Amino acid sequence: MNETGIGKRVKRREDVRFITGKGRYTDDINLTAQTRAVFLRSPHARARITAVDAGEAMNIPGVIGVFTGADLAADNIGDLPCGWMVKSKDGSDMVVPPRPPVAVTAVNFVGEPYAVVLAETLAAAKAGAEAVATEFAELDAVVDLATATRSDPIHAGAPNNLCYVWELGDSAAVDAAFEAAAHVTRLDFANNRLIPNAIEPRACVAAYDAATGDFTLYTTSQNPHLERLVLAAFVGLAPEHKLRVISPDVGGGFGSKIFIYPEETAAAWAARRVGRPVKWTAERSEAFLADAHGRDHLTTAELALGEGGEFLALRVRTKANLGAYLSTFASSVPTYLYGTLLAGQYRTPAIHVEVEGVFTNTAPVDAYRGAGRPEAAYVVERLVETAAREMAIDPAELRRRNFIRPDQFPYQTPVALTYDVGDYQASLEKALALADYAGFPQRRRAAEARGRRRGIGLSCYIEACGLAPSKLAIQLGAGVGLYESGAVRVNPTGSVTVFTGSHSHGQGHETTLAQIVSDRLGIDFDAVEVVHGDTGAVEFGLGTYGSRSAAVGGSAVVKATDKVIAKGALIAAHMLEAAPDEVDFTEGVFAVRGANRRLTFAEVAFAAYVPANFPEGLEPGLSEKSFYDPTNFTYPAGCHIAEVEIDPETGVVDLVAFTAVDDFGAVINPMIVEGQVHGGIAQGVGQALMEHGVYDPSGQLITGSFMDYQMPRAADLPSFVVDTTTTRCEHNPLGVKGCGEAGAIGAPPAVMNAVTDALGIRDLAMPATAEKVWRALAQKGG
Amino acid sequence: MKVSLTVNGAARTLEVPANTLLIELIRDHLGLTGAHVGCDTSQCGACTVRMDGRAVKACTVLAGQAEGAEVVTIEGVGGPGALHPMQAAFQDHHALQCGFCTPGMIISAIDLVEAGLASDEAAVRAALSGNLCRCTGYHNIIAAVLDAARSMRGPER
Repeated sequence: MNETGIGKRVKRREDVRFITGKGRYTDDINLTAQTRAVFLRSPHARARITAVDAGEAMNIPGVIGVFTGADLAADNIGDLPCGWMVKSKDGSDMVVPPRPPVAVTAVNFVGEPYAVVLAETLAAAKAGAEAVATEFAELDAVVDLATATRSDPIHAGAPNNLCYVWELGDSAAVDAAFEAAAHVTRLDFANNRLIPNAIEPRACVAAYDAATGDFTLYTTSQNPHLERLVLAAFVGLAPEHKLRVISPDVGGGFGSKIFIYPEETAAAWAARRVGRPVKWTAERSEAFLADAHGRDHLTTAELALGEGGEFLALRVRTKANLGAYLSTFASSVPTYLYGTLLAGQYRTPAIHVEVEGVFTNTAPVDAYRGAGRPEAAYVVERLVETAAREMAIDPAELRRRNFIRPDQFPYQTPVALTYDVGDYQASLEKALALADYAGFPQRRRAAEARGRRRGIGLSCYIEACGLAPSKLAIQLGAGVGLYESGAVRVNPTGSVTVFTGSHSHGQGHETTLAQIVSDRLGIDFDAVEVVHGDTGAVEFGLGTYGSRSAAVGGSAVVKATDKVIAKGALIAAHMLEAAPDEVDFTEGVFAVRGANRRLTFAEVAFAAYVPANFPEGLEPGLSEKSFYDPTNFTYPAGCHIAEVEIDPETGVVDLVAFTAVDDFGAVINPMIVEGQVHGGIAQGVGQALMEHGVYDPSGQLITGSFMDYQMPRAADLPSFVVDTTTTRCEHNPLGVKGCGEAGAIGAPPAVMNAVTDALGIRDLAMPATAEKVWRALAQKGG
Repeated sequence: MKVSLTVNGAARTLEVPANTLLIELIRDHLGLTGAHVGCDTSQCGACTVRMDGRAVKACTVLAGQAEGAEVVTIEGVGGPGALHPMQAAFQDHHALQCGFCTPGMIISAIDLVEAGLASDEAAVRAALSGNLCRCTGYHNIIAAVLDAARSMRGPER
């Protein structure tokens, strides 16, 4: 059978350029006569800008110009928008503070850009930036999330620093269920602020052609078409058809490269202003300060249970830090991507969640791998594990008693979503077996004999992926549809070029989409090329995030491929002198049913472009496209099990084993799927044990480098045990659900359940650093 | 200042500012963009190249320090159709996703194998701790390095 088809472990074709140093990332691109940009960034968390004096800077050789927010504003460059309107529970619209790309009168977080220096060289631009004299009038910063709603407002129009107070679910039903509960488990916890840190820093190269009015913007974007749309429709840089956005090889995103940022906006404007290309590449310190951060919640959550451990109700109150301004999708993350997932894998009949979206003088917070769903899974899975311990029920057994059963799908949760399909117990049982859950007590005793504390923790997470049915998303406040485009262009010699609105920044679409199309057309894998990341080549796209590329982008490509087959059948029928409904297409051959008349796909392709004798109404050419809009989210789910050992002398936590069993529906390339899971687990373990973005009380980021912000390194992690169970998604043609975020969602609660198990304590704030663990042990002992 | 060195087997003499870093010489002056800059501060390893047979982080080496040195970048390790066993193992084991850390990771991996540090998984993990990868969780990188180490050592005698 086909060795490169759907389901096969096909080696990635993109790897050849990456392993030989021939990748083409944005910073590798240099344009003739380009200038270099360096941004001046606020050293204060909150201040008024009283003067920006560029006189000295302009005297530095090589400096071409110093531009402030006022210069952009004078050119009618508009504010950066937020693309999701969330309404408060009283029906009012959320508060949207104006966010000029370059600050004009005030700065509201350390690292916010307030001017840009252009120079002939990077060194001259840096020297110019040093020479700009800026005066600020410092103001008291609002930094602490817990007290921000009692502080003076950062933005006029946002009293109590509230963007919105959003709710979902039936609070009366929840209250009644709590009244009747046999047991209530309550936890207060923080979901720590994370800094995404793709290894490639953000960058852009912008060029403007005064003769045509055309802009070309190379940028590190997960969704170049959205970048173009926002720059045209909201920022007002240029009409959309005069903007070409190219997102070449991109070195990881994890959400942080979804958003429309100040820097590429200002660089593109400046390219027109000075009539020369402008290049900007972030330094790592700028990435720490000015990339959108992730998570940062404070939550109180309570689970009501009956006598037998049955879940009766869940009540959740969350303060979500939005940072100083609303980043592109910030408002949706702690609401529709969070509250809707609080049912988890369980039949909890009543759920109510209230979320305060809070402004602080910190970097904007937006989607980071998982985006809302890790926060929801953390709430549910820490509560469930804690309830099991309190009620002396095995944590696996408590979950079994409460799972939505396979015969209950489609399942309407009390928080808006309808799960289509799943078998949660299958994932649990497989994970328990792979992790040798039954053998844990023995391993714990062996560790104790070595003077170490061993713990095990489960997490049965669910996520909503395949973002998203446009009608539903727009009803809930989205400013864009969330379909995807795909086009399949058959060349006259029978090879195929596929155009996708999805964007690969590590996911391997050039391989997986070629697998899908070659499999469906019955042609050679190497005869299919995949084009992405260029608004000048791809018709439209919403990009890659939310584990949507296979489920939505892949489905669009399938639909377009099926249209190609249908058109090919018309051509074949004509050539074979048969009725179209007598022609079948299998394994690359059009054949007349019951007759010995057939044409290969390549023969039909050639005929399409050499239409010697086409009848009226049959157009030449063989090229089709589709816009695929999903009818539901997909619901990947699984069971992750972490096992840790702790050295009580030092508090160091060793993750000694991690098992993940996930149900992603059908799998296109198992090798790539496993890689996605590995990477997600590493980021989830990073959140649980190492990573924490911390501001001091004055609003200075004190974790602003890889020295202070601990990223998982090779020696911090074990090899993982990864497997799958399968229930096919029933509403997309591939049966796929999405796999990109699972590890980052499932791992944090699994690890923290293991850590608290090892320590014999109810809770510990993430990240479980050696210092925190040691203090917890000291407190417990004392 | 003038710097003379060998890069990927070719003798080069360049006139560069005295504060030029080796990574700037390689990327900006020679146009070899395989080595990347991920952090500027020698913590991520994306800029790793070989200098006189050992892996160095090119963001913390001055170009002047490479005077007379033999520098090999990922472009000199092996090209399409003539891959080094480590490059081939990275593809075979899906040890890369976005590819940005990959050139530095491959050069560090070759270095650790040549230094005899690929005895087992723990040793490889420790020896690769100077290179950050945000995509793979290192799982497949470790498998690739252990596999390549076997083929680099050649058949057992």
